[in-house]
Amino acid sequence: MDIREAQLPRPAAASAMPKEVLRVPRRFRPRNGKGPPKQIKDVHYGDRNFYYLLRFGAFATIALLLAIGIQVGCLAWPAFQKFGFGFIFETDWDPVNQMFGALPFLHGTVVSALLAVFIAAPISVGVALFLNEVVPRRIASVIGFLVEMLAAIPSVVYGLWGIFVLAPFLRTTVQPWLATHFGFLPFFKGPAYGVGMLAAGLILAIMIAPTIAAISREVFKAIPDTQREAALGLGATRWEMIQLAVVKSSTTGILGAVVLGLGRALGETMAVTMVIGNRHDMSLSLFAPAQTMASLIANEYTEATGDLHLSALAAVGIVLFGVSFVINFLARLLVWNVERGKPREAR
Amino acid sequence: MNNPLKIVFPAIAILTFAIAAHAAEPLQLNGAGATFPFPLYSKWFSDYSKATGVNINYQSIGSGGGIRQLLDKTVDFGASDAPMNDEQLAKATPSIIHIPTVLGAVVLTYNIPGVTQSLDLTPEVIAGIYLGKITKWNDPAIAGMNKGVVLPDLPILAAYRSDGSGTTAVFTDYLAKVSPDWKSTVGNGTSVKWPVGLGGKGNEGVTGLIKQSPGSIGYVELVYAESNKLPFAKVKNSSGKFVTPSPATITAAAAGAVKEMPADFRVSITNAPGKEAYPISSFTYLLVYRQMPGEKGAAFVKFLNWAVTDGQKTASTLSYAPLPKPLITKIQARIKEIKTN
Amino acid sequence: MIVRDTLASHDFRRKITHHVAMVTLFLMACAAILPLGFVFFYVVEQGAPAINWDFFTKLPAPVGETGGGFANALAGSALLIFMASLIGIPWGVSAGVYLSEYGRGRVAKILRFSIDILASVPSIIVGIFTYAMLVMPLKRFSAIAGAVSLAVIMIPVIARTTEELLKLVPSHIREAGLGLGLPRWKVTLRIVLRGSMNGIMTGVMLAIARVAGETAPLLFTALSNRFWSLKIDQPIASLPVQIYNYAISPYEDWHRQAWAAAFVLVVLVLSLNLTTRLILRRVDGKTR
Repeated sequence: MDIREAQLPRPAAASAMPKEVLRVPRRFRPRNGKGPPKQIKDVHYGDRNFYYLLRFGAFATIALLLAIGIQVGCLAWPAFQKFGFGFIFETDWDPVNQMFGALPFLHGTVVSALLAVFIAAPISVGVALFLNEVVPRRIASVIGFLVEMLAAIPSVVYGLWGIFVLAPFLRTTVQPWLATHFGFLPFFKGPAYGVGMLAAGLILAIMIAPTIAAISREVFKAIPDTQREAALGLGATRWEMIQLAVVKSSTTGILGAVVLGLGRALGETMAVTMVIGNRHDMSLSLFAPAQTMASLIANEYTEATGDLHLSALAAVGIVLFGVSFVINFLARLLVWNVERGKPREAR
Repeated sequence: MNNPLKIVFPAIAILTFAIAAHAAEPLQLNGAGATFPFPLYSKWFSDYSKATGVNINYQSIGSGGGIRQLLDKTVDFGASDAPMNDEQLAKATPSIIHIPTVLGAVVLTYNIPGVTQSLDLTPEVIAGIYLGKITKWNDPAIAGMNKGVVLPDLPILAAYRSDGSGTTAVFTDYLAKVSPDWKSTVGNGTSVKWPVGLGGKGNEGVTGLIKQSPGSIGYVELVYAESNKLPFAKVKNSSGKFVTPSPATITAAAAGAVKEMPADFRVSITNAPGKEAYPISSFTYLLVYRQMPGEKGAAFVKFLNWAVTDGQKTASTLSYAPLPKPLITKIQARIKEIKTN
Repeated sequence: MIVRDTLASHDFRRKITHHVAMVTLFLMACAAILPLGFVFFYVVEQGAPAINWDFFTKLPAPVGETGGGFANALAGSALLIFMASLIGIPWGVSAGVYLSEYGRGRVAKILRFSIDILASVPSIIVGIFTYAMLVMPLKRFSAIAGAVSLAVIMIPVIARTTEELLKLVPSHIREAGLGLGLPRWKVTLRIVLRGSMNGIMTGVMLAIARVAGETAPLLFTALSNRFWSLKIDQPIASLPVQIYNYAISPYEDWHRQAWAAAFVLVVLVLSLNLTTRLILRRVDGKTR
């Protein structure tokens, strides 16, 4: 008690309060007379029922996730039993001889997704910087809106465009150019089909660019203006200010955005199925047709010849689920302090 | 609740409407399977629906899919060009019957800039292309047989079926018969490991791929090539003649099989003997359980009888060959074996 | 003099770097918007002329014949989305309300994590799951299986949005309700939820925009149907699946119809997103 408190008029002692006010109402008294008083949600029936209803919804959601994992896992179990975890590294996918291995599809998924990130990440981060740092707010919201609209276009429409516009364009213009100028590299060998890894990577890049851009924008918005003003006040040009104040302090966030984009690219099915060429082979060349885990399942699931085939497809699904889970978890760790899951984040 | 009636009356109205609408809907059967006969089946089911009001919804997901879904009992009937093998039949309870519906041809169709005529291809060349041994269109093996045609220096893009396909089964069955190399390296079946090429989904997907890609070649059912105005090859048959696929040459291929038809109708007519026989021909089957109870069973049996009699008239308009007449009575006897009660 | 000149040259280099960087950023922005322009305008260019009355009213024609339309696919998609919403909205909203009202504690942490994971499950896996849970046991492809798979995709989107929006409601509104003697559940339902209805509707619209274009799960659950059918226990046609089937086919007429359908789908999805954005802008404006 310091000197000022001692000079305040003393309140009447607690025991001067009438007893009725101090007593805990019966319905709030804890059972057996021990412990703290109960809460409203445990006592009023409406509240309690509502609470249990909500809790049921919550548990149901958690149960749903577990159910998906368990159900697909059970379907996949026979394949893992037969081939062991080396299944992931086997290259043979032969339904006739009942030999299955997931490596070509893991390769296809990872390479197409990495190619997409390689193309999209610099452009998306550049767009986010452009919109946040360079352009006035009004124009930025219009352009930002346009970029996010890209995310809303369904996968199958991208696939449609890919078959009829992108693949012919690649076959007639881009691939021959790459072959003549860079044909010595192993990445650009082989005939120009149009469809193949390159087409898939490009379409995925277009599809994940809005995701990376939107999250990068959120990351940049989270940096206080004082940082920017400090840099400008010290005489930096705008570009130097961006480098110093914005990019340097948000590398984790940018990385998280890129990894989230990667996660999205891993799970894309339809657009990839339509332009990847459906070939169960691994090749260094970007011109070669390939197959991703998702497109394999989409193509073969309804017609798996035999239970082992179906189980192998479910096993590929588990691998896909696993890879996607790890990548998304990593992304969340990186972006956890940025405002998460804004309603405007279209997927 | 302010006024419970505000909710009750509209709810009752919606419910009665839903029930009434449900009651008035026509009978629907679901089937899935081969893309090989899909153009004909879609015409049949559309005509049949207009004539009788029974809607038979057929999804062309490939023969492999048809067999699988029928075994899982998620569809009422299946369709396949490749007959089911003994292992698959053993899994079926009750047993499954094969009902041949039409005959078709697997043709080699291609998209070569500047070439609109029909190339002559031998079995060795076809196997060579799909084994990856012949890689360019102006290869002497092809040019030698097609002296009048200007073949460009273009790489060959071989298209195959990425899904489990009866058409693949027929094609690889033929290749296995004519090329020992193929038989030992790849084998035959609804889904094989293709040495080279690009995959398309369904006969539709392969045809679409060929249309889009110059230098491509693929194996599809005759009507897909014709209706998309794609040229297709004349294939040398076992008698040494280069035969154009058509309903007449398909029927010639089936002539031998009719005499020695096994009881369950599972037969392969690839590389059939006969001067006019097209070597890559095949029956296509509807697969159905021996017991199909209820309204659906009765309706489907009626459809089957219609298909093997009236339906045959539309077959040749779409370049399928109708069933040989002696076979039809045997098939109708088999259809009678389907229990519908 | 020397110092000034040195500074000037250094400044010049910095200025050039700055300008080059600005131009590069501008080009990157163009590179990001250009594909949108390409795709969107191509869809409009191919799809808009192909829209006619037949497209909306006719059923698919037999293979190889021209004509026919997408009537059953449009109705099928509408039914699937409606049923998916019936399942997904209550489920997602209850999870979201739980997180915002009782959001501290272990269950809430696990729930948030689960929702994040659910949101990132590839849609093909959802398809396998629904096939195993509903199609195989019931021995039929059905609209209800398709609707369930779509609902599973909708739930995390709705839950997240609901939680975010309810959190935006200032606590003094809740306290005012409680102070007036309302039980907590009434406060949540009638005051908080009703007040955020706008925002929750936008979450629902976003979820609908997302599932309207989902194809992969429908391939194994609702399959497709060449006839008109609104029965929930039978396969049903849907817009994205039909577009896929027509796109990989060789028939020109089917391609034309696929573009028309893609146009309809894109218009639907983009207008839903646009409406969402406009409404949210007002919500944000109000509470800022």
